[in-house]
Amino acid sequence: MPDITMRVWRGDASGGSFVDYELEKVEGEVVLDVIHRIQATQAPDLACRWNCKAGKCGSCSAEINGKPRLMCMTRIDELPEGTVTVTPMKTFPIIRDLVTDVSFNFEMAKRVPAFNPVPEPEGGYRMQQIDVERGQEFRKCIECFLCQNVCHVIRDHEDNKEHYAGPRFFIRYAELEMHPLDTNDRRELVRERAGLGLCNITKCCTEVCPEHIHITDNAIIPLKERVVDSDYDPVAWLGRKILRRTKRSAADASVQPAP
Amino acid sequence: MAHHEIENHDYDVLIIGAGGAGLRAAVEAKRRGLRVAILTKSLLGKAHTVMAEGGVAAAMGNVYSEDNWKVHFRDTMRGGKMLNNYRMAELHAQESPDRVHELESWGALFDRTPDGKILQRDFGGHRYARLAHVGDRTGLELIRTLQQKVVSMDTDVFMECKVLRLLTDADGKIAGAIAYRRPTGEFLSFTATAVVLATGGVGKSWKYTSNSWEGTGDGHALALWAGAELIDMECIQFHPTGMVWPLSVRGLLVTEGVRGDGGVLRNSEGERFMFNYVADMFRAETAETEAEGDRWYDDHSAGRRPPELLPRDEVARAINAEVKAGRGSPHGGVFLDIASRRTPEFIRRRLPSMYHQFMELAGVDITTTPMEIGPTCHYIMGGVRVDADTAATAVPGLFAAGEVAGGMHGANRLGGNSLSDLLVFGRRAGLGASDYIEGGARSGGLDAAIVDATIDEALAPFDREEGENPYDIQRDLQEMMQANVGIIRTGSELEFARTALEEFTERVANISVKGGLAYNPGWNLATDLPSMITVSKCTTLGATNRKESRGGHTRDDFPGPDAEMGKVNFVLSQPSGGGYESEVKAVPEPILEMPADLRALLEEAK
Repeated sequence: MPDITMRVWRGDASGGSFVDYELEKVEGEVVLDVIHRIQATQAPDLACRWNCKAGKCGSCSAEINGKPRLMCMTRIDELPEGTVTVTPMKTFPIIRDLVTDVSFNFEMAKRVPAFNPVPEPEGGYRMQQIDVERGQEFRKCIECFLCQNVCHVIRDHEDNKEHYAGPRFFIRYAELEMHPLDTNDRRELVRERAGLGLCNITKCCTEVCPEHIHITDNAIIPLKERVVDSDYDPVAWLGRKILRRTKRSAADASVQPAP
Repeated sequence: MAHHEIENHDYDVLIIGAGGAGLRAAVEAKRRGLRVAILTKSLLGKAHTVMAEGGVAAAMGNVYSEDNWKVHFRDTMRGGKMLNNYRMAELHAQESPDRVHELESWGALFDRTPDGKILQRDFGGHRYARLAHVGDRTGLELIRTLQQKVVSMDTDVFMECKVLRLLTDADGKIAGAIAYRRPTGEFLSFTATAVVLATGGVGKSWKYTSNSWEGTGDGHALALWAGAELIDMECIQFHPTGMVWPLSVRGLLVTEGVRGDGGVLRNSEGERFMFNYVADMFRAETAETEAEGDRWYDDHSAGRRPPELLPRDEVARAINAEVKAGRGSPHGGVFLDIASRRTPEFIRRRLPSMYHQFMELAGVDITTTPMEIGPTCHYIMGGVRVDADTAATAVPGLFAAGEVAGGMHGANRLGGNSLSDLLVFGRRAGLGASDYIEGGARSGGLDAAIVDATIDEALAPFDREEGENPYDIQRDLQEMMQANVGIIRTGSELEFARTALEEFTERVANISVKGGLAYNPGWNLATDLPSMITVSKCTTLGATNRKESRGGHTRDDFPGPDAEMGKVNFVLSQPSGGGYESEVKAVPEPILEMPADLRALLEEAK
């Protein structure tokens, strides 16, 4: 009598179907362990992506019983009794089985204007812990792309991918905006080319983040506020007119500084 | 032999591996305006560097102003049991502070001291608090910073590509490489004037390891097959603290930062047993009582360091001995206790990912309950023999940096010295490759017959109907290596392993794979096994020859160090042709002689 039934989606870009695998239960296992046992004993060609098996690299993202999760951090004994269903992330094109083509994210990464610090003073940079902690929260991101996967702006609207960076890159923009040393100003860029306005803060991204980053509250909302302030705040507008902007415009920011 | 029409790419510098060393090398070569490609078996940003937790060692002196490169050099050499390439240890100690500051100018956000400098934490074997860190996820910070830097420089990255073989030209210079794309199974060749190996480690040949599937020793094998030499392959670090339960995560790393931040080791009797295992070499600088050790955490001048912070080889052997003596924990480890020593708030702030890891995977709250831990295969000190200044190997045009290179860490690596190694020698490999190209060297082109033969060999498992499942071979290899070439070794077991590895060689030649070429993990494993067999042979051969115990190499039948053995590296090569089925030869050669001024540093700081 098998203890676990795993229902795994198998196929490629041309189509596929679910295949059931029955295995004995082993104490303490996570979903990825069971997938590995299927590979080793029943289906050596079952495709899945993984690396660290410790929730640190963000490779093994999938949808487990319909929920976007890391396979390496989902214990079998925490799931409800019965068949465990594993499917690939829906938002990205299928390569094979549980592996998707996540190159969308790497393209979006290329569009982020690089960090451009103030010149280093004698004796090195000084920053206070409280100031680096804001950015550190966003730099916990392991790039599992579960937030991208769950974001309905691109999950349900393929055509938005052209002009929508997604939650992973909103936290990257927020991190750079809040970096104590950075001099680039990416606010216009975030509004015009990264599609920040399309996000209607349903917080799905925050819910699925395995690193528990407060994507919506700490990154997207403050970023929206900054973008709006820079556009519509009359005092800020007057200030800019009188004092001239010290930060660069989006047009300048999109130019990469020389390495 | 079939002729294969495959896509070819032409570059000045081909970097194999996208961990810290590979990315840092890419930055340097891109700065010189060269055409650079990075190949990685995984996606960009997933390399094993992300698993480095505790920090990057650099004598910046931000916490203890007495610290400087000379003390760091001394600590590294002593930690390595003097088998190190002294010149690498010297460059590493001198240059790592600049490499850390540079990361900050590329966007890294390290934890801070009260006056706004980069904070540094204590670690085993380092005399002063020296590890720049970000909580316990320093490796992630390092790789993300380098990844973002490389992307901003518009570097070509070939993700999920596996290299099968390096090619040399008629003069023996590097000519390029042959690889395949894992998502599609398409083969591709690279013509390149210089190749930088930055492929990381070999842990996947052992059963309990902190390494991911990628740690199959590809770079070690590629280098050896191409005519380069390997050294110190017997020196393997078993990290003292890996998880032991649940079984499915056995081997998963628990950062040394737990001990650096006050965690202590206890046996089943509740005793802090490390006080019983202080070797003479470290007695003068180690606390004699618990009270003295505890004072040290707050003020290093108020006491000597607790023995839990001895170098990793010492701690791993002690844990092994306690378990063997019947004083282990229920699941065959010992207890690592920080719960009784620090507040829950402190633990969650300083060790967030350890808290998370134990809570989610083992159901253990480390703020209230001790962890169960035991040694896990973590790092190989041995690797490709390189020139310290340029990272050049014996093959013209071939360079190596990071874990795949040997010499820097001698017989045992100190925690925190790997991230700094990646930065210092990744940069130097990039410089070395660039200088080589600017010196006028050119790739002599690829030999089509070797390209075709390599592809034929890679495809052969699909044609064998009756062959063996690669997963079975991998499992058996891991069990054999764990049992016979593990943390404690002995002559008869090593002899058994050498015979067994001949059988594994035959089994690898008889693998059968089902399915297609596109993203087929069974086939991918079949192409990794030749590297795994090669490095297993090298480790076993080195271990057979080194008839002494030193650092990460412990012989039950030769329990102490031997002064003469300490003066040589075992240099491994394949003089009769490169390949996993070819013979490996070991020749002892004297280690680099240290100049008197550096030797004096070791003496005076005792």
